Amino acid sequence: MRYKLFVDDRLIGRGAFLGLLGAGALGLVWGRKIADGAERLIPDFVPQLGSDKGWRIYTIGDRIPQIDPATYRLEVEGMVERPLSLSLADLRALPRADQVSDFHCVTGWSVDDVAWGGVRFKDILAEAGAKPGARWLRFISDEVPYTDTLSLPQALLPDVMLALDMDGKPLSAPHGGPLRVVMPQMYGYKSVKWVNRIEVRRDFVSGYWEMNGYDSDAWIGRSNGLSA
Amino acid sequence: MASPPDARLIPRFGRTERALHWVHATAFFVLLATGLVLWLPDLATAVAHRRLVREIHLLTALVWAVLVVLVIVLGDRRRLAADWREIERLDRDDRRWLRLRPAPQGRFNAGQKLNAIATAAFALLFAASGVLLWLAARDSSFRWEGPIVVHDTLTYASIILVTGHLYLAVIHPTTRHALRGMTRGDVRADWAAKHHAKWVAAERTAAED
Repeated sequence: MRYKLFVDDRLIGRGAFLGLLGAGALGLVWGRKIADGAERLIPDFVPQLGSDKGWRIYTIGDRIPQIDPATYRLEVEGMVERPLSLSLADLRALPRADQVSDFHCVTGWSVDDVAWGGVRFKDILAEAGAKPGARWLRFISDEVPYTDTLSLPQALLPDVMLALDMDGKPLSAPHGGPLRVVMPQMYGYKSVKWVNRIEVRRDFVSGYWEMNGYDSDAWIGRSNGLSA
Repeated sequence: MASPPDARLIPRFGRTERALHWVHATAFFVLLATGLVLWLPDLATAVAHRRLVREIHLLTALVWAVLVVLVIVLGDRRRLAADWREIERLDRDDRRWLRLRPAPQGRFNAGQKLNAIATAAFALLFAASGVLLWLAARDSSFRWEGPIVVHDTLTYASIILVTGHLYLAVIHPTTRHALRGMTRGDVRADWAAKHHAKWVAAERTAAED
């Protein structure tokens, strides 16, 4: 009788419950790989359901900084021959750089093929004239106390820039407008949004997320406990 | 097998079951609303106060977990255990019902059983992935790429599930009487005899013993 009852009920419900938990546990570990595989089968399905192209807007404060483009200035100071105070028009007058690169957030989401337009650090530094011994660029955001730092060799990599435009339009406030760092080879927290000051430095200073234990050299797939 | 009109009310859900349901339902909608603000850029821009929204989201999750534990510890655990034993068994009639064939149902029909199973599993997975996301912002050694995918996928699945649940509980004419069972705790005997024949028969047998 008991045997028959067991066969009859099969504990399908318990199986479904444990199956869902098991699938979820697999997802916690391999969710990104599974989602990437699914996205290849159903192109862009998940991002379209979610938000525009999969972007998430992260801020550390209460609101998204609203910066008046008319009065905006980028200050470049520290170990430079000529400290700069650049308006958006000044920045747009510098040699223009365009690129298409992927954006990877450390929390696990990515946006592929973002079209960025802006200026390269070599052109900024040519204007300011870095002094001998300068090794680091520290970016200070309008969103206090967000800062982050790149080494000069990192900032001078060919796909690193200060972006004024995204996908053919002036960079919007949620994406860090009017000016943000774009460092595609590292996780997004290195790509400081709402940059209004660059300090050219001899010494390294930890940024906002580095104070919370995140790697300064945040190479994608090679940092923060992840292997490629 | 039409049952005669019978407006008498029979108890369906006790206080513990209803408390668990409404704690869960309330927390779900607060978490969904705040979660969408944190997740959708347009909403995030419109609402701002991101830190406050995030704190409401985290606090609601915490209060939800505490209340669920309290309801289970202080409530009618024997009843909850009996519910779960019913829910996790899908018998031959349930399997017929799921294949859209007529089959008498117990106190929970097969759809309600699957909904409850999915809801319980989703709640645990939401909690696990949420805790990992929370830890990851504090310590990068908890930084895995999976939790955000799981949290998102659960959100999609839950929205679909809760939409169907709300439709059946509030709108669909023949099933919405069930809502009374979850608010007042009782349902009409004739409605129960039609939708949950095996349950009513079992109660009757128990009453006659």
